[in-house]
Amino acid sequence: MQFLWAFIIGGLICVIGQIMMDVFKLTPAHTMSTLVVAGAVADGFGLYDPLVKFAGAGASVPITSFGSSLVHGALSELQRDGWVGIVTGIFEVTSAGISAAIIFSFLAALIVRPRG
Amino acid sequence: MPASTKKGNKFSLDNLSSQEYKSIAQKHEPKRSIFKNCILAFLIGGAICLLGQAIQQAFMALFDMSTQEASSPTVAVLIIISVILTSCGVYDKFAQVAGAGTAVPVTGFANSMCSAALEHKAEGYVLGVGANMFKLAGSVIVFGTVAAFFVGLVYAIFGLEGVHHQ
Amino acid sequence: MRLKGQTWEFQAKPRILASATVVGPEEGQGPLASDFDYIYDNLEINEKTWEKAERKLLEQASQLAVVKAGLTKEKIQFFVGGDLMNQIISSTFAARTLGAPYLGVFGACSTSMESLALAALLVDSGAAELVLAGTTSHNCTAEKQFRYPTEYGSQKPPTAQYTVTGSGCGIVGKKGNGPVIARATIGRVMDLGIKDPFNMGAAMAPAAADTIEAHFRDTGLTPGHYDLVVTGDLASVGLPIAKELLQKAGVRMEQTKFGDCGLMVYDMQKQTYVRAGGSGCGCSAVVTYGHLLKKMTNKELKKVLVVATGALLSPLSYQQGESIPCIAHAVALEMED
Repeated sequence: MQFLWAFIIGGLICVIGQIMMDVFKLTPAHTMSTLVVAGAVADGFGLYDPLVKFAGAGASVPITSFGSSLVHGALSELQRDGWVGIVTGIFEVTSAGISAAIIFSFLAALIVRPRG
Repeated sequence: MPASTKKGNKFSLDNLSSQEYKSIAQKHEPKRSIFKNCILAFLIGGAICLLGQAIQQAFMALFDMSTQEASSPTVAVLIIISVILTSCGVYDKFAQVAGAGTAVPVTGFANSMCSAALEHKAEGYVLGVGANMFKLAGSVIVFGTVAAFFVGLVYAIFGLEGVHHQ
Repeated sequence: MRLKGQTWEFQAKPRILASATVVGPEEGQGPLASDFDYIYDNLEINEKTWEKAERKLLEQASQLAVVKAGLTKEKIQFFVGGDLMNQIISSTFAARTLGAPYLGVFGACSTSMESLALAALLVDSGAAELVLAGTTSHNCTAEKQFRYPTEYGSQKPPTAQYTVTGSGCGIVGKKGNGPVIARATIGRVMDLGIKDPFNMGAAMAPAAADTIEAHFRDTGLTPGHYDLVVTGDLASVGLPIAKELLQKAGVRMEQTKFGDCGLMVYDMQKQTYVRAGGSGCGCSAVVTYGHLLKKMTNKELKKVLVVATGALLSPLSYQQGESIPCIAHAVALEMED
């Protein structure tokens, strides 16, 4: 069942992040940036899509999929519009995630104070 | 000047090298429980992805969406959940236990933006919330974008075809 | 005043006439709660922002100290203060409220003893009759400025420390019964290459050891002269390191009790969220001005050396890959018979 693999693959990607933070002493920002780039490169080699097919949310929820989605956007626009497409298409797929994060964080800041 | 020391004692704080000191300091450093942290990251990170899977299946069943179509609303729902938990002041408590388990999924991305937005409300909405929201998430977006650009460039230069768009 | 090396030996007996401490809820749940003058039940200190909260703590502590000394704020001739915020803004606003001529100092978490040493010097030399020394810190302002937004989900390592939410002030003068400020040793910056801002204890231990060694060398005293020597906030990681350094350097700390304020201010068993222990300007300030002075007035302690330790990094210096320079200032407090 895809549910099982979603749990396992998602968990394993998190373990990779944990090892980067605990063993290599990277900051969260460095860790996430590395994972995003890893996801983008993996998608460049055509490896991330099969992982998503196999593990479902286990591959599409971690931040690595953000990198892969950015590449998707760039490549599909490249196909459609040529070289310009690399730049115009990058945020195509990820727009929902970024917009949602901005909008809801802003709304939260309207209503709530930090608790400390 | 070094303190008067017992005869033959060559140790002096003045002459202590950075290397020597670091080995003294290392001895007293409590070790991070790496194994326990990895187990917790695995379980909690896996559970969040499981939740994502359930939400995705729900969208597909209820709104007759394909996997591709359901991924955006799934990510949006997880982001909303993360913003709510951050606003309630509990996300950071989970994160202390889960480590990468809450940081690596997209929930961590939303938490980084929401926490920065809340914190800088004190400086107003424009200069505070607006200007600081991407304080932590900015690196992820910048590096992701630059990496995607270079991947795209490689594809363009070598005239590659990807099985990327549906 | 006699100058010996980097130590001032005060001859004219400047004393702490009165002191006051105001703390937040978590310090109120610690073992020293009954020694603090006022405990707030909310981290916001009833204010709209964390920065206003930090300022309010110092304003209240300074006002309370003035009242306890039986004075009015107009009688305070100088205010020596500082804090962790950029441009020590919390102390500046508190100075505005107090209205006294202001000497702002930055010593990070060593500010409590740096300001007290300077206040004692002013009084001892006749440059002033009544000086207020004080400092403040707040957990959330420190997290916001030096580390991450308070709601951010980062996992803190076991070496991390917890900034105390609290303010401590003392009024220094000659006419009164409080403990005498016998001597003060001004520290020099020590930097042994530690870069990890989540391991302040290891960064600061050499500074504490250096100042303690200098103190005993300059004065010719032995550690046994004091009933208690406390460092400001080395906590569970830094204190053992300082002990090892001093033992290697031949300073016989086993002649006295050697402790740390960061390990005293919180219940290390129950308040595990503090990890290695307390830190911040307020840490040594509230423990000294609240707890230690009380013990001295009760004659449970006669001679105490407080060695406040500070990590002098800036939010930028760490990002630029610099190591953490640290300092420690020591003040000796002695009750007369």
